[in-house]
Amino acid sequence: MRRLWIGLTYAVFIILLIIPLSRIAIGAFDKGLDGFAEGLLRPEALHALMMTGLIVVFVTVLNALFGIMMALYLVRANWLSRKIKGILNSIVDLPYAVSPVIGGLMIVLLLGPDSIIGGFFEGIGFKVVYAFPGMVIATLFVTFPLMVREVMPVLQEIGNDQEQAAATLGAYGWTTFRKVTWPSIRWAVVYGLVLTVARSLGEFGAVLVVSGNIMNKTQTATTLVYQDVENFNVAAANGVALVLAAFSVGLLLLMEWAKKRKDVH
Amino acid sequence: MTTWIRHKGWTWGFRSTVLLYFLALIVLPIFGVYVQSFSAGWSHFTESILDPIAWKAVLLTIKLGIISTFINVLVGTMIAWVLVRYRFPGRTLLNSLVDLPFALPTAVGGLMILLLLGPGSLLGGLAEKLGFEIVFHQPAIVIAMLFVTFPFVIRAVQPLLEELDPLEEEAAYTMGASRTRAFFKVILPSMLPGIISGGMLAFSRALAEFGAVVLVAGNIPGRTLIASVFIFGEVESDNPAGAAAVSVLLLTLSFLILWVINAVQQRGRRA
Amino acid sequence: MHVEVRDLNKHFGTFHAVKNVSFEIEKGHLIGLLGPSGGGKTSILRMLAGLENPDSGQISFHGQVVNDLPPQERGIGFVFQNYALFKHMTVFDNIAFGLKVKKASKAQIKDRVTELVELTGLKGFESRYPHQLSGGQRQRVAFARALAPEPQLLLLDEPFAAIDAKIRQELRSWLRELIERVGITSIFVTHDQDEAIEVADEIMIINQGRVEQKGTPWDIYKEPKTPFVASFIGESTVISSAAELKGFEAAANKNATRALIRPEYIEIGSEHDFSVLSATETGVVRHLHFRGSEWLVEVEVKGHKLITYRSLEKETLQPGQEVRVLVHRAYLFNDDHSWIEENRLKVDPMPIMI
Repeated sequence: MRRLWIGLTYAVFIILLIIPLSRIAIGAFDKGLDGFAEGLLRPEALHALMMTGLIVVFVTVLNALFGIMMALYLVRANWLSRKIKGILNSIVDLPYAVSPVIGGLMIVLLLGPDSIIGGFFEGIGFKVVYAFPGMVIATLFVTFPLMVREVMPVLQEIGNDQEQAAATLGAYGWTTFRKVTWPSIRWAVVYGLVLTVARSLGEFGAVLVVSGNIMNKTQTATTLVYQDVENFNVAAANGVALVLAAFSVGLLLLMEWAKKRKDVH
Repeated sequence: MTTWIRHKGWTWGFRSTVLLYFLALIVLPIFGVYVQSFSAGWSHFTESILDPIAWKAVLLTIKLGIISTFINVLVGTMIAWVLVRYRFPGRTLLNSLVDLPFALPTAVGGLMILLLLGPGSLLGGLAEKLGFEIVFHQPAIVIAMLFVTFPFVIRAVQPLLEELDPLEEEAAYTMGASRTRAFFKVILPSMLPGIISGGMLAFSRALAEFGAVVLVAGNIPGRTLIASVFIFGEVESDNPAGAAAVSVLLLTLSFLILWVINAVQQRGRRA
Repeated sequence: MHVEVRDLNKHFGTFHAVKNVSFEIEKGHLIGLLGPSGGGKTSILRMLAGLENPDSGQISFHGQVVNDLPPQERGIGFVFQNYALFKHMTVFDNIAFGLKVKKASKAQIKDRVTELVELTGLKGFESRYPHQLSGGQRQRVAFARALAPEPQLLLLDEPFAAIDAKIRQELRSWLRELIERVGITSIFVTHDQDEAIEVADEIMIINQGRVEQKGTPWDIYKEPKTPFVASFIGESTVISSAAELKGFEAAANKNATRALIRPEYIEIGSEHDFSVLSATETGVVRHLHFRGSEWLVEVEVKGHKLITYRSLEKETLQPGQEVRVLVHRAYLFNDDHSWIEENRLKVDPMPIMI
């Protein structure tokens, strides 16, 4: 029995994860190292990777800041009633339930050139949708719950005793956060950061809708892969896909490491 | 520390900034899509929904989502069981690999399936000779959904199995229960909340999936066009109202699922 | 610090946790807030610290209203029930925290921490983390940390609750001595009457959000002001119809007067042990418990179970044995008032006969 179950598990992993992953690696080098370099060093590929990198940086920083603050407020704020906190808390999860395409559509509807807000920004010469800001907003929407959901349980678990002790010893908000709260939540934050990076690196649906996928302008690595496949240029797509996959595996290792640290605090 | 940092204005500034950010980023867009879908009137909404391409896409999504969730529940429960209960070489590696579909861009996941099973590939060619059609047909969509939702059930069941007191199981044995009986009477009930909430999460993710599917589905209306791809198509062909109508349908379904998951988890916590 | 509290009120939702509480505490005193769990003791303590805002009422330190001061500005030290030590800081850093916040110089910090480490007997543990300490040691760290910034008022929330019974005894006397030596006004919360009696100069009995009585432990024991205090402090048995007891018929003739009887109010023995036999009742010994230095005797009188102590020197009783029981005095109470009543027959035997 035992052997059968372990064998089956191995089979599932190999078929579903390991073979596909190695197929990408092999595919990228189908035409040798030169083919791989060629696919990767196309100007549009380099530009797309740069766009992805920029999005990752902006989204990670913003999401970390607001995510940590939101988690703090949802757990600690006594200026919000329990009821309001409960409602806000359930809204935090909504982006999980929203298809990325719909997430992108929402941004287009709200900030597109035909909308009131979008029209206003267009008027002052600031393009949101089909441009970088829109792509960042779409990715922020999709990644919002990740940081909040990592930090909240830790805050709940440690309770506010240590923070109150700090207050009676004369420490104000910022000192208390830096010296007392932060050391307890930092590994949860690191884990949340890794998740955010992974998600914003790989975000596709929302960005595709919002960006318009304009080559050399708003194209990201994932939307480039999509376009290459649509153009039956699978070989070229492979190079970029391999880079993305390599990053993901690296992030996965980071995740494991952060998870272990998080459990010890 | 100087007093200006402690000034109340800062505190209120922070609080309102964070709350405004939250409202503008999450609440406003969701609100907006509901408003938009009804902006041209109720009749326009029903018209958009009753377009056969639209409702067939939604039904197909639900059907394939259910199939992939079903497979996921079976396979995921088995894997969670093996990873928690057995010690064997490579266990930690497999355990870390579970999260790979979360970390991997979905478009890359789609490309993998395409490379592996697509026309011209070894397996794809073989299947074609046997009369199976995978890529650009429904099986490919199920595989894509399976791939992206793979971790959910495993990650939901694992902690429950780890928490399960071995004494409970042993108590069942001492009372003369057979292995099968102990499994169905003791182990399965304690895994059930995880199976349900993990399965629901997987299902809602399957409904929402776009990246992996769009690359392998072929997107033929009525046959392999799923809801999220349909919405994308409507946006591309400049029909945001139609896109919004189907979105509202899908969103409402997803929110319901989310609500059920919360209810299940809350019940599990109380028990 | 002289502490004054006037008409303090606090609600949690619809629950009225603290009701019109007023009291005053002299500088340098050690006060115990004693009462059952959920009675509002901790809420009062937290309002004094500024961790909770009162709905109404006034808190003054040194005659100055501090209601609007945040905890940071009140000059208090707080020892939390579970100590709330900073778990990622060493013992040294925990104790130094308040001084660092006040931007004391490195040398000052080192001197003060060393002094407190010695005072609390933690020498050699400075670089340990809280999880490497025993419960008693953690309590000492919490105490040293609260004292480090030289507060004017020390507040302790159930300081011994999380400690083993054996070490608790030791820590109590240690704490008492230490507070005396430092000379700081202190208030501690406890639900354990032995602890309050042993440690505090004065006790405040808190029940259902009200101060029932304030006084020295001896005063409270001797002259409880309310039935609750009488029953909460010391061991006792309550008898629902006091008029049934010999010697209390007249005193308790008003309807529904009840009697609270402490073990030391009762004397048991054989007939020749009592000079005024008519003041005694007949009772049957039900149970005997050996208490190390004396017997605890459960005796049944007219269907009521009374408890008393009996010296080991006296003749040993047997369960089932018939004895004479004299109730010297009782704490009587009804809906209107409560008082201590001596046994009238004992004082003035058979007055009509003479």
